[in-house]
Amino acid sequence: MNLKLKALCKSPWVFHVNTGACNNCDIELVDALTPRFDVERFGILLVGSIRHADGLVVTGGVTRQAAPRLRRLYEQTPKPFLVIACGTCACTKGIFHDGYHMAGPVDEIVPVDIYIPGCPPKPEAIIDGVVKLLRKVGQTNREG
Amino acid sequence: MSALWVLFLIVVFPGFAFTFLFAMFFAWIDRKVTARVQWRVGPPFLQPLYDFVKLLGKEIVVPAGGSRVLFLFAPLLGLAAVTVASTLVWQANIWPRSGFAGDLIVVIYLLTIPSLSVILGGFASGNRVASLGASREMKMILSYELPFILAAIVPIINARGSIRLGDIAQTQPAVSHISGILAFIVAVICMQAKLGLVPFDAAEADTELMSGPFVEYSGAPLAIIRLTRSMMLFVMPVFLVTIFWPGVAAPPQAGLLPALLGSLKIVLLLVVVILLRNTNPRLRIDQAVAFFWGPWVSGVAVLAVVLALLRNAV
Repeated sequence: MNLKLKALCKSPWVFHVNTGACNNCDIELVDALTPRFDVERFGILLVGSIRHADGLVVTGGVTRQAAPRLRRLYEQTPKPFLVIACGTCACTKGIFHDGYHMAGPVDEIVPVDIYIPGCPPKPEAIIDGVVKLLRKVGQTNREG
Repeated sequence: MSALWVLFLIVVFPGFAFTFLFAMFFAWIDRKVTARVQWRVGPPFLQPLYDFVKLLGKEIVVPAGGSRVLFLFAPLLGLAAVTVASTLVWQANIWPRSGFAGDLIVVIYLLTIPSLSVILGGFASGNRVASLGASREMKMILSYELPFILAAIVPIINARGSIRLGDIAQTQPAVSHISGILAFIVAVICMQAKLGLVPFDAAEADTELMSGPFVEYSGAPLAIIRLTRSMMLFVMPVFLVTIFWPGVAAPPQAGLLPALLGSLKIVLLLVVVILLRNTNPRLRIDQAVAFFWGPWVSGVAVLAVVLALLRNAV
């Protein structure tokens, strides 16, 4: 079993990227990180620097302004890491589908590992998604 | 002492390996108690180890505008210093006669080096936020070193002027007199600043400077920095207990009970640090400097030295 990935699944530090969200997903995401939900049980911490991150949590459909920046963040993150698209906009552009300023949902800009739909997703949904992702990464790893 | 023995002391016991294990344990206590204070469950026991292994496996990014050699070398400098400091302190506790004259001063210098390495690394990264953090760290050192050294003079006076850790650890505890108690309190406050914890964490201020000097670090160097900080979290309480309230690890012939009491003192000090960090807001850097240079810290430290001198003159 790959020790690198196992350790990553045990202590995923997340970096929050807003690529044009209406702030609703951000509030729910920050809510998910509060003591009430205690994600530190899974080793999840919010970090302020992209260099420390193991997971990019992207909220918001990507605007044209944000697209090159998201791409740069993706390149700057130390490998290996995971990308989490949080909220309907990040997954599919949501209600901004036909907006002139949209560069596309997150997965058209950078590869995405998990989609968490919802407008906004509840903190429980976000935690559930992240934990499912971590389990999946651990399992494919065990087989492969 | 043969070179091989010295190597064993530094690498295995009571140096790197021993300090590593306790650093992981203390880092977990820190996070667990913090979690309990916030009414949560907190991370599992092995969490600090997972973090460490994970960071070792990550890619190392070196910023383009920075100085590559210094950026990667600075964390190692801090780790080496704290390892040697731990070795010296534990040696003085376990084999009180083995130290050399002046090892107290060496340890005080060694305990400053991790902060210096943070400054070096921060400036070497070429990041603006990091250099802001590093300059704050520098001001922090200037402010807390004075009261810290003043406080450390009290146990020296108490031990009749000996600057050997072994002698200090064997004399009557400094905290048995009011001068020692005052100096001990000052030293605990300085320890909080030395560890870079709230309320004196202006240098890395998560919410304004992201993580200050460490902002550009990733992968193995970040793992080493975090390890160094955890090791400081272990070594600083041990050092303070050694000079102010001896009996960390009584010599083997003294039996199990004193050793147990000694470890309780260290854990007690650690919990004080954690509770201070969880119940205080962050001070601005100017407030922190004014606090340390003002009457409540430096003044009390001077008072403690005077009281200790008076006591020993009589």
